[in-house]
Amino acid sequence: MSETALLESPGKPRGLAGDAWHDLRRSKIFWLAAVLIVVILLMAAWPSLFTSADPRDCVLSRQHDGPTGGAIFGYDFQGCDVYAKTVYGARYSIIVGVFATLIAGVIGLAFGLAAGFFGGWLDAVLSRFIDVMLGIPLLLGAIVLAKRLSADPASNGVFAVTVTLGLLGWTTAARVMRSSVIAAKNQDYVAAARMLGAGNGRLLFRHILPNSLASYIVVLTILLGINIASEATLSFLGIGLKGDAISWGIAISEATGYIRVAAGPLIWPSVFLAVTVLAFIMLGDAVRDAFDPKLR
Amino acid sequence: MFRYIVRRLLQMVLTFFGATFIVYALMFAVQDDPIQALVGEKPITDSQRAALTERYHLGDNFFAQYWYYIKGLLTGDFGTSMTNRKVADMLADAWPVTLRLSVMAIVIAATIAILAGVVSAIRRGSIFDNATLVVTLIVLAMPIVVIAPIAQLVFGIKLGWFPVTAGRDASLWQLLLPAAVLASLVVATELRVTRASVAENLRADYVRTARAKGLTGARVIGVHVLRNSLIPVITLIGVDLGALMSGAIVTEKVFNIPGVGFNLFRGIRTEDGPLVVGFVSVLVIVFLVVNLIVDLLYAALDPRIRYE
Repeated sequence: MSETALLESPGKPRGLAGDAWHDLRRSKIFWLAAVLIVVILLMAAWPSLFTSADPRDCVLSRQHDGPTGGAIFGYDFQGCDVYAKTVYGARYSIIVGVFATLIAGVIGLAFGLAAGFFGGWLDAVLSRFIDVMLGIPLLLGAIVLAKRLSADPASNGVFAVTVTLGLLGWTTAARVMRSSVIAAKNQDYVAAARMLGAGNGRLLFRHILPNSLASYIVVLTILLGINIASEATLSFLGIGLKGDAISWGIAISEATGYIRVAAGPLIWPSVFLAVTVLAFIMLGDAVRDAFDPKLR
Repeated sequence: MFRYIVRRLLQMVLTFFGATFIVYALMFAVQDDPIQALVGEKPITDSQRAALTERYHLGDNFFAQYWYYIKGLLTGDFGTSMTNRKVADMLADAWPVTLRLSVMAIVIAATIAILAGVVSAIRRGSIFDNATLVVTLIVLAMPIVVIAPIAQLVFGIKLGWFPVTAGRDASLWQLLLPAAVLASLVVATELRVTRASVAENLRADYVRTARAKGLTGARVIGVHVLRNSLIPVITLIGVDLGALMSGAIVTEKVFNIPGVGFNLFRGIRTEDGPLVVGFVSVLVIVFLVVNLIVDLLYAALDPRIRYE
């Protein structure tokens, strides 16, 4: 740690989070990822900030027209504004990504805490269950589950995809939580708290959980990126979002049929999707580096 | 070694029943009327319904039905698709091209990952190392739905270096671009693991001893370091197979390769439930078996694993 850093905070020593934030502020990757994510979140919340065109205003007569003043990415097969459609596509990607990650986060937290803290037969059962879940590749399980959940033709599939990815994607998170809980529970301060009469609940939520959260948050950040990519893949296959939902996966799937005529409708949703996933993976990488004391 | 194999086989049995049970439960969880789904929009008489219920054991309870499903899987009867073809026959038709594609992908990924991983571990902090880090980050972030159509557009159509699609009897040349696309899914992690593991082994005592004996750099790296560094990379290949299977569905669709993934894609699109479940079940079993083999191989290569 540099001398100036010590001078900045003469009174109170920084905690782990403070140290991490101190490192993060200097990381270019972190700022790049943060800026990208803020822009994408704005796009998801208020797409009309970025475009005044209506993504559903499609006129067949301008099919595959090139870029014009209003529509900077041109028009797709249906004659929709590619730029407007791409901007509006951010919303469901973020909704599905965030909520699927939340579901997976809660399940992973419960499994990880229970298996790590109580150990014994409970750990054995839960860990075997996680092994079994890992025996099913994510997308294959998702194909079966999403197909069943989205059987209702009236739904746009957002609920089905979110639940599917949430229910299938928590295993890595649970494993990470379990191992950090096991590491934390053998620390002296936990033994001290237990001797002072702290109950299991207090030990878990006041002492062990806060000290196990860092790596968990990193895993969830990366999982968010993976979930966004999986949503696009499921939508591409035709079991993700559907109906009137605007999604990058659907846009890419539609555009693959016409790439000889027009490349724009394929390229732009692809670029936005890849940048979004990249932003979350970079954020996860940067936060991991900041929280890892070995790298200091 | 024997005890390890027995333990691993017992685990495999548990995982097999668990994983197939989950797949089966998932597919029956929200099912409303499979008979109506089977006959489609047409009306159905009571006697037809009774005959179908009898034939598919639909009157039995969930666990009995699961038992019939497992029995089918173990005896090679994976069900019949809605087009009235046996799933087993469709698989037999489809797997050779998928196997060729995935073996090519694994070879491409492993070659690039090991070569680039070793070089960047030796020259840590160099331009090459930093460039590889950036490239792997970008490749990691590219979902298969982005990389497959874009590669087809750029290398197939715009530049014209590769054939745009591969058909039924695709040559190795036609499969090269799709295999490279598939390889991109796994190359980044493999490269990073190779780099980390070579970098760690370079600091080991036995490397210093080898150098002190006067061995050439090539022999130290190529024989001493590489043999120990590749062990973790081998386990990755088993895990990566899951990513390859998922990737093959999109890749085969985009490049029009009539393999397992392409059939699965068509099954999803035509709402062919039995086909999808049959294919997914077989892929899950392949995944489990390959991981078992990889784990046994791992134990054979690294004696420490057997005595944990």
